[in-house]
Amino acid sequence: MNSMRILLRRLEGPQTVGRGPAFWSLFVLVLAGACVYPLVADGYTVGNTVYFFVWVFIALSLCLIWGYGGSLSFGQTAFFGIAGYGYGILTLNFGAAYGFTLVALLLAVGIAAFFALLLGYFMFFGRIAGVFLGIVTLAVTLTLERFMAQTAGPEWHIGVARLNGFNGMSAMPPLTIPWPGGDIVLFADIGLYYLVLGLLVFVYLGLRILMNSAFGNVIVAIRENPERAEMLGYDIRKYQLITFIIGAALAGLSGVLYTVWGQYITPSSMGMTAAALPLIWVAVGGRSDLTSTLIGTLLVLAAFQALTIYGSQYALVFMGVLLVLTVLIAPNGLVLGAMNLLSRFGMRKAEGK
Amino acid sequence: MALLELRRLNKHFGGLHVTNSVDLALDAGEIHCLIGPNGAGKSTLFRLILGEYHPGSGDIYFAGENITPLKSFARIHRGLSVKFQVPGVFKGLSVRQNLEIALQSRHRGVGLEREIDGLLSFLGLAAEQWQTAGNLSHGQKQWLEIGMAISLKPRLLLLDEPTAGMSPEETYQTGEMVQRLNAEGMTVLAIEHDMAFVRQVAQRVTVLHLGQVFAQGSIDQIVADERVAAIYLGQAHG
Repeated sequence: MNSMRILLRRLEGPQTVGRGPAFWSLFVLVLAGACVYPLVADGYTVGNTVYFFVWVFIALSLCLIWGYGGSLSFGQTAFFGIAGYGYGILTLNFGAAYGFTLVALLLAVGIAAFFALLLGYFMFFGRIAGVFLGIVTLAVTLTLERFMAQTAGPEWHIGVARLNGFNGMSAMPPLTIPWPGGDIVLFADIGLYYLVLGLLVFVYLGLRILMNSAFGNVIVAIRENPERAEMLGYDIRKYQLITFIIGAALAGLSGVLYTVWGQYITPSSMGMTAAALPLIWVAVGGRSDLTSTLIGTLLVLAAFQALTIYGSQYALVFMGVLLVLTVLIAPNGLVLGAMNLLSRFGMRKAEGK
Repeated sequence: MALLELRRLNKHFGGLHVTNSVDLALDAGEIHCLIGPNGAGKSTLFRLILGEYHPGSGDIYFAGENITPLKSFARIHRGLSVKFQVPGVFKGLSVRQNLEIALQSRHRGVGLEREIDGLLSFLGLAAEQWQTAGNLSHGQKQWLEIGMAISLKPRLLLLDEPTAGMSPEETYQTGEMVQRLNAEGMTVLAIEHDMAFVRQVAQRVTVLHLGQVFAQGSIDQIVADERVAAIYLGQAHG
């Protein structure tokens, strides 16, 4: 009971924007709206919204590692791909019966996390930091993409699952919940929507608690001054590694949900563009805050999709311009800047000035 | 018994011998000042003691244990703590959070809040607790970092130029604080250029020159030593 109260108190703190009854009322209102939304929208739009939600996990993972931890990682995309392919290979081989798809989801996320443990161990215990961390993680991502790209031949298979190169791996079963009287299959509309929304709320609140805990304090301390953090007695390599693994698991969750959503994954989901886009969402939103990242990602994704209809290459150019503008105008992120402005305005109003 | 003992410690960067066979023993409970001209190897010696640099040869003993192979954080756990030359505060975080990060490994909940409040008033930073640490004056940053360093309740406190950028009055106050901590049993090793501070606190002084221990003794002995005066004026190279 007592520990529950401590956990709830950690929902607010210095590491997260948004506190007090006003913020949480708004949170509940938005959540209620999100719950009602599929009942009033058509199936296609709901499926499309799921697609947006799917990407938020990888954005939050980058927010954690880069925004809070100070390590710019291009590796999230690699973990996304590993987990996505992992889910495909597992379910194509073992099917969807007895709720195996849910096990496969967890296993695939676990594989991504394990891969992060290996990579992270060598990076952090080898004291690789700053721009070099970005280079190593980008190299890993692109290597994976190149590797998967040349697996088109029939000799590349794991069990019955063909890797299929740039043709992509497809036809993996959607998530299926075993249920007496008939399994519940979560197709990419209402069913998957509620699952992903639930996961999103769980991850968002969980990360808020994590970042406002003693662990989160050390993570931001390492971002601010790693030497000082170590000289306060923290083994910063361990903290960085754990953060990296949590981030990889979240990116992996994105990968699995993406694969489940489209029942399809290709090497391009681990390519250069795929690695760069999450960076833009997170930077534009506000990388040092979970809420800003979440809102920013959804906004940018929606704008990107709207623009893509008129020409996908122009949409990419627009993304580039957006990133440059953000760096010039609001280096901490546009959404975070706007939220800070709002809260300052609110405070001034409360003080009656 | 010596709390810290450096035995024939060597460190060189290429051909540059920054620490040259240094032997130094620090008694438990003393305030020891390390002086010497720029480039004498004082800060390098600190980094060796803290494990940021690894010596080419030689050993470091702390409380009888050879800590040479230990990583920095493990040495901190043994009872070392440091205030860096350039204030190493967490600039983007509030003053209060800076202290929280320093204290949280040993205190929880209400106890933690009480410790932070106590330390804030000890440092005279209570009014600034919600300010971003990066916005503090240079002197206040020094105090904040000293606060973080002493909050670990170390057996040996290393201070690298604790009074740089402080007014004479602040320097004196810092000296008083160091003496108060020492009276509670903390051993202190300080690098300092401000001779008023050294005179105020030092029970023993070691002069480092070209990576070697050049002279050692009480402040009066050191001041009276003509060779020491000569190296500060740059005449002892020949």
